[in-house]
Amino acid sequence: MKFTLSWLRDHLDTTATQAEILAALNRIGLEVEGVTDRGAALAPFRTARIVAADQHPNADRLRICRVDIGRDTGEGGIGPEGDDLVQVVCGAPNARAGISVIFAPPGSVIPATGATLKVGSIRGVESHGMLCSLRELGLGEEHDGIAELPDNTTPGQSYANFAGLDDPVIEIAITPNRGDALAIRGIARDLAAAGLGRLRPWLAQTVEGLFPSPVGWRIDYPEACPYVLGRTVRALRNGPSPDWLRERLVAIGLRPISALVDITNFFTFDLGRPLHVFDAGKLSGSELVICRGAGETLRALDGRDYIAGPEDCVIADDAGVQSFAGIMGGEATGVSETTTSVFIECALFDPIRVALAGRRHAINSDARQRFERGLDPALPVAALEAATRMILELCGGEASEVVVAGEPPAWQREARLRFERIAGLGGLEVAPDDAVASLEALGFAVRARDAASVLLDVPSWRNDIAMPSVLDAAPDLDPARRLGVDTVSVIEAECDLIEEVLRLRGLDAVPPVTLPPPGLITRGPVPLPSLTPRQARTAVARRMLAARGLAECVGFSFISRDAAEHFGAIPDSLRLLNPIAADLDQLRPTPLASLALAARRNAARGADAVGLCEIGPGFGEGGQLLIAAGLRTGQAPRRPGVGPEPASVWQAKADALAVLESLGVPMEALSVTADAPAHYHPGRSGTLRQGPKLVLARFGDLHPGVLKALGLDGAAAGFELFLDVVPDPKRRRRAAPDLPAFQPLTRDFAFLVALEVTADAVVRAARGAERTLITKVSLFDVYEGEKVPQGQKSLAIEVVLQPRERSLTDAEIEAVCARIVAAVGKATGGVLRG
Amino acid sequence: MSDDLDALRQETLIALDAAGDLRAWDAVRVATLGKSGRLTGLLKELGRAAPEERRIRGAALNRLRDELTLAIEARGRSLEAEALNARLASERVDVTLPVPTGGGGSIHPISRTIEEMVAIFGAMGFQLAEGPDIETDWHNFSALNTPSHHPARTDHDTFYLPTPEGEATRLLRTQTSPVQIRTMLNQAPPIRVIVPGRTYRADHDATHSPMFHQCEGLVVDRGITLGHLKGCVIEFLRAYFDQPTLPVRFRASYFPFTEPSMEIDIGWDRRSGEIGGGSDWLEVLGSGMVHPRVLANCGIDPREFTGFAFGMGIERLTMLKNGIPDLRSFYESDIRWLRHYGSSPLLPALLHEGL
Repeated sequence: MKFTLSWLRDHLDTTATQAEILAALNRIGLEVEGVTDRGAALAPFRTARIVAADQHPNADRLRICRVDIGRDTGEGGIGPEGDDLVQVVCGAPNARAGISVIFAPPGSVIPATGATLKVGSIRGVESHGMLCSLRELGLGEEHDGIAELPDNTTPGQSYANFAGLDDPVIEIAITPNRGDALAIRGIARDLAAAGLGRLRPWLAQTVEGLFPSPVGWRIDYPEACPYVLGRTVRALRNGPSPDWLRERLVAIGLRPISALVDITNFFTFDLGRPLHVFDAGKLSGSELVICRGAGETLRALDGRDYIAGPEDCVIADDAGVQSFAGIMGGEATGVSETTTSVFIECALFDPIRVALAGRRHAINSDARQRFERGLDPALPVAALEAATRMILELCGGEASEVVVAGEPPAWQREARLRFERIAGLGGLEVAPDDAVASLEALGFAVRARDAASVLLDVPSWRNDIAMPSVLDAAPDLDPARRLGVDTVSVIEAECDLIEEVLRLRGLDAVPPVTLPPPGLITRGPVPLPSLTPRQARTAVARRMLAARGLAECVGFSFISRDAAEHFGAIPDSLRLLNPIAADLDQLRPTPLASLALAARRNAARGADAVGLCEIGPGFGEGGQLLIAAGLRTGQAPRRPGVGPEPASVWQAKADALAVLESLGVPMEALSVTADAPAHYHPGRSGTLRQGPKLVLARFGDLHPGVLKALGLDGAAAGFELFLDVVPDPKRRRRAAPDLPAFQPLTRDFAFLVALEVTADAVVRAARGAERTLITKVSLFDVYEGEKVPQGQKSLAIEVVLQPRERSLTDAEIEAVCARIVAAVGKATGGVLRG
Repeated sequence: MSDDLDALRQETLIALDAAGDLRAWDAVRVATLGKSGRLTGLLKELGRAAPEERRIRGAALNRLRDELTLAIEARGRSLEAEALNARLASERVDVTLPVPTGGGGSIHPISRTIEEMVAIFGAMGFQLAEGPDIETDWHNFSALNTPSHHPARTDHDTFYLPTPEGEATRLLRTQTSPVQIRTMLNQAPPIRVIVPGRTYRADHDATHSPMFHQCEGLVVDRGITLGHLKGCVIEFLRAYFDQPTLPVRFRASYFPFTEPSMEIDIGWDRRSGEIGGGSDWLEVLGSGMVHPRVLANCGIDPREFTGFAFGMGIERLTMLKNGIPDLRSFYESDIRWLRHYGSSPLLPALLHEGL
């Protein structure tokens, strides 16, 4: 919303400075977005008069002007002739004695050129300034000579002031609740209530109707239009608006069109009251019908064609649809320079229907902006009178009687404020008298008041206050917790009033108060943990991954459908209906997909060996899972004495296990199987489970096909760990630690097994051979080659035996070893390697 | 001293001197003091000498034995030291060779900021609440007093997902506020939660990202006032920016789900970007007292309880605190950027260690 300071002063009688007004606007919730002061660059320029213009002795085209710049020193003698006149050398053909001009003293910056003016000598004659054209001032293209001001202009005035250009344009942001502040009068009222002056009275004088209007109204869509007024003005002449109106509209960014159009725009901004004028000569029939659209095409004033649907409210004459109600008029019945008779529309339209229609047709107009926020329902009569009067003043003609359809809606509402609630909700102590005075300044009227509260009538223009509550309670809310809409309305109206009282004082006035410690009585000032154990686990996982050398990333939750397809299911239910870009259209199945894309971007920048991780959502039909994913690519940095170390399934497995261990997952409860999903290398990947079913993580080399499709060269191995799935660690007290006093002993075994036998099977069999003595079994060597039979491999394990009661005898050790050999043989078919 | 002892002494000392390594040294030791050593032999012979001579010669032998023992031990230590030095010299390595440091990992700045927020609000008794990224339009809009025709909805460019017939419209949450709703439905007051999380809006340019992060806060209890809201937010901002006198300004504003509503600015210098300095203001938070309708929609009686809510952009606060110029770089996963702005996993945000 833009307005000029002088337009504001039409409604606000104030001595406040511009800075004070801007500060107040910010304070009361009308946020200042910008101030343009066109006059600032013109500050040095003054009105002046050429007293004498003599031919320059050394140049045919130059004149030596002696200029009255309105400076009267009272002593005489500033000019070279000893009088109060200034000598200026001027080359303009129209420079002559007697005319009023614009004078720039030395030191001025000429807006058009940016040059700074100096006292100079032109062909041997001193010149103490410059007489300017409008083009030099950046105000137009005229440059046939210096600008000539009206005769008898008093010299010495500020030119910007004289020309009405010292009027700053202020732009403020209007929040969606403040339809009343889309009017300059509404802004003035707020400022007056905030203590910046007095709201000037405004009264529309009635214009007597001289004849019955040849056009009338009929409302066939009363849900969309409860009330409409109109009247005809005939025998008028449309033409350009007067300068004052054109200047105001230009200042706020509107293009002056013709007096009739400019008048409607004036009231849109002055009173926040959009109007429409039909060219009565172009209307067919004697009735305008407000009705639903029925598929008609309307060419609107923006020159575009729209099709009116059944939800749209339109205005039609006998020839068809002529206007989108509350949004935009039609081209066919619009006014032009030749218009001699108009029908003025002044209506109330349903805000919601206007908003939805505007959104459907993607039309943003000043009218829609106001209708959808709600107009002052009590204003139509006065606004129509004021508009009629201005039309008669600017265009002549005579006005008909007013025609009406529908009824003014019942807008009257009341709201009660309990004074203690100002501090109770707003945290600011305000004396009841002061609070009431503020509200009265905003237009509220006291209906009743006692020591504790005040009952107020809400002004018609504040349709954000004490409106009927609309609740939309949770569908499955316990009926015992449901509240009546009336109960809420009362509280809400009170909140509305408190907001007004606070707003006018500025929220900076409210003293800040430290929150009391929660549960002060039971816990004292020490707060509970902020994180649940599960949330804390996520933090631990993040730290573990970073500590293992992975850089944490944050990737978009959506990626391209093509890329997503390589990492899991891409159901249509997870495809955005309105993606912002084609490569951001599918919710990702896993953050690993984002990491793979990130790795490719890094590789393109020359970083082909990276370690990345992300903890974020992956999406599937069943919902959203919190996944910790990691990806390592390329070769580890080369070092002396160490062979090439490409990213591999082993690093991925180690990363996944390290995180699981840090989360308190018992390592002995994990099993590893070679059955990871399709985006992993089928022979170099695995799944980590707790128990037979619970999949905690998967890991492995990425499938070469996926790498190729994504354009990733070289090695890449990753993992996905499902944080939501990891069971909570048992929160029981730890048992006393097992600390046997006897020294453990170790025995090594090498088994020949078939190639397909897994190390895990051998280790588990050995571990299960003896439950009390065997405390640890670990694999330390795998051998395949010439020294073992074809189709077999050798797996070497180390077994730790822990005596508990006494040292073991050789016979006992032999017995355990025999059981281990037997158990491994039974489980895997392995035999001791000879 | 008799000649033979003198000769033994001289010969032994010469031999010790000549012993170039521990093996030669040991031969001298055994030849002198060993079981069949020369000195041992002389001591054994002593018993056969006349008593008077035995006394004199015994004393001389003992002296010689003590002297040679000391000399042999000293020579032994010196040879050991030489041997060790030789070994150390042979074992020398080039310590400038590189080693794997194992580091290089880092925590993303967004995670870091969330940790800091949790630490500060945690000290004020807030708990972390979470909710799904895919929401219904009821949770994201309607429950928050933003019905479908509300002008505020046109400010949200919402991403929609296909919705099965007869079900609530599915969308990607445009704000973390739906978690407020879930919290109030599931928990009776007193409530004190913060909700950091991913949010989505169909907007993409230099200063907007289609995905970004917000942190929401919600307090509901008896006797909560706008003064508490101001106190809470001022204390947070001053702790977060580590500026005990950071200027904070409150401006009346409008949000559908709060009343009164306000926007919150901090002082800064527009030109230098210095927080707390200069004379400009920068908006960093939106906030207000929870709207009675929102409380009622969630089954909380607005006659009994009041509350406040606030929301802030995590990226924005991160950029301000760390001087990060470009929003889009947060999601680019450029390893150079991650290393530059990332933080150490071993320095988590802990109030007692300093943020």
